[in-house]
Amino acid sequence: MSFSSAGYQLLPVLPELVLAVGAMALLMLGAYRSEGTTTRLVTGLAVVLLVLTGVLELMLPAGKLTTFGGSFIVDDFARFLKILAIIGSAVTLILSTEFLSDPSRRIFEYSILVLLSTLGMMVLISAADLIMLYLGLELMSLALYVVAASNRDNAKSTEAGLKYFVLGALSSGMLLYGASLIYGFTGTVDFAGIAAAVKTGSVGIVFGLVFLLAGLCFKVSAVPFHMWTPDVYEGAPTPVTAFFASAPKVAALAVFTRVTLTAFPGIVPQWQQILVFVAIASMALGSFAAIGQRNIKRLMAYSSIGHMGFALVGLASGTVEGAQGVLVYIAIYVAMTLGTFAVILSMKRDGQPMEQISDFAGLSRTNPMLAFFFAMLLFSLAGIPPLAGFFAKWYVFVAAIKAGLFTLAVIGVLTSVVGAFYYLTIIKVMYFDEPAGQIEPMRIELRTVLAVAGIFNIFFFVYPGPLVSVATAAAKSLF
Amino acid sequence: MILPALFFYLFAGVCVASAVMVIVSRNPVHSVLYLILAFVNASGLFVLMGAEFLGMMLIVVYVGAVAVLFLFVIMMLDVDFTELREGFLEYLPIGLVIGGIFLAELLLVAGGWVMKPDTAKQITAAIPTNVSNTEALGLVLYTKYIHYFQIAGMVLLVAMIGAIVLTLRHKAKVKRQDINVQNARTPELAMAVRKVASGQGLQDSDAAEWVK
Repeated sequence: MSFSSAGYQLLPVLPELVLAVGAMALLMLGAYRSEGTTTRLVTGLAVVLLVLTGVLELMLPAGKLTTFGGSFIVDDFARFLKILAIIGSAVTLILSTEFLSDPSRRIFEYSILVLLSTLGMMVLISAADLIMLYLGLELMSLALYVVAASNRDNAKSTEAGLKYFVLGALSSGMLLYGASLIYGFTGTVDFAGIAAAVKTGSVGIVFGLVFLLAGLCFKVSAVPFHMWTPDVYEGAPTPVTAFFASAPKVAALAVFTRVTLTAFPGIVPQWQQILVFVAIASMALGSFAAIGQRNIKRLMAYSSIGHMGFALVGLASGTVEGAQGVLVYIAIYVAMTLGTFAVILSMKRDGQPMEQISDFAGLSRTNPMLAFFFAMLLFSLAGIPPLAGFFAKWYVFVAAIKAGLFTLAVIGVLTSVVGAFYYLTIIKVMYFDEPAGQIEPMRIELRTVLAVAGIFNIFFFVYPGPLVSVATAAAKSLF
Repeated sequence: MILPALFFYLFAGVCVASAVMVIVSRNPVHSVLYLILAFVNASGLFVLMGAEFLGMMLIVVYVGAVAVLFLFVIMMLDVDFTELREGFLEYLPIGLVIGGIFLAELLLVAGGWVMKPDTAKQITAAIPTNVSNTEALGLVLYTKYIHYFQIAGMVLLVAMIGAIVLTLRHKAKVKRQDINVQNARTPELAMAVRKVASGQGLQDSDAAEWVK
């Protein structure tokens, strides 16, 4: 037989294997254990499993590991983003405990689906060929469609799940069509092979690339493939929205970066113009469309569209600095988003969640600590120095300027000024409006997440070294 | 040489025609039947290309499972298809315009199609000549491409969990079969032996104990 086990070591996929087997074991545990405390137990064990997976990922031998005939790759880039995705998923599970404790929604499968989605993200981040990319993307997305609709007695949640599913299926179709064109024109699905075959941008390759990027833009919710985002963010249960805004964005941005930089380094100008357009459109829409929003979850949806635009500014430069900027940006973005959602989840009055911006009125007087942290997170999202969000934008804009993309950088700075307006509106409502009433005391897990995210945001400028140097090493491993 | 070409045009023509009929026929059941016809013809095309395994799988999976499932859903659900179709004509012009632009672009691309000479060499798995289609697939699917196969399995697992999460409802008033309880049942639990005095029959108090 021609098959040999050389190049098929299982060590590089050990974290994924542990996660997959663990998720299936937890599924059995949930299915055979009687109801009651099962959901709680499975959620707790799922967090433990994610932590274990992260530790295993860090313990893998250093350097670049490949397996499965080169279709699965573990380099510094993959390690950095996998850890980030795992943190996003684990924190989401922690934020979900209250949502899951409601007797009517005691579904232990929620944690299993988050685990399997995380498995998909890890596959996606490590994908080094188009088939692996597609399988990882589907594994990630399919679980997301289900958790979006997990509050199934709520019409909005069901609508969110269905809308996400239909549009997601459409984007998968486009991605596959692009992948098949690329395979047809290069004769290989392997990223390295594609890079070797694509030296000049023939029409066919560019055509395939456009479809591939369209599919990926959908996953990072970049304009013009953003339509699903506000509705899905608003309709899905809030912990699920927190999940959508963090871990899947990490994975999608990771594969976006890896595909453009490792599979198409030969035709940078061709994809650069696409990315410049997408980045400008996302930043502009994220800033202007958010102004009129009254619902905080919809606002966060537009905010995430805008932030993906800023991250793509870094990628558009196509340099090591650009990739490093993307990595720093996404890491800080995840911290800011999770902290913000911890605040949104804690906004409850008489057991009812409050999602309108007007509900934040006078929070500084009724709950000064919460208001302070939220204000810091909002300032950070707006990119005001010396908070972490400023440095995130700094790195991507510097990369864009170094690559000669002055227009892009100027438009980016201008839109971030517009974007600051709606973040400042919320702060104004919190600090200068009459209190609308007392909110329920914050749960301990929300308080912890908010404190960690807030402190990271405020004190990032004191000691940015570790994150920046790890991001630099990760970015270099792609080139 | 003329026969394969003849069959190609036969299968391709019927396939396209039945695909058109799927969307224009008024009766949804007819649509599904046309869909099945399209699948059968597509599988004929696969067989013509020498991919007999794919051809058979298309019939087994799409005709045997998917299309029949469609048929069930259409017959069971009371969906008013004429109402769904109302917007069809309204959106037809813009659909045609976009479709036309798209087709022109695709033709532009196909017109500039130049196959790289080493494309055939770069195909990762060399096609074995001495084994059948099915065997050739089997040789790589569980060895060289085991990881794809396993991840595809995980995707199907997620689909299964998702279907259960979204549709299964535990209704309180439904009586369920509990096999453990059934197995644990003993004659002592189920039966009571009473000595009945002649001419008296069982008393009501005995009956209450008996119905356990």
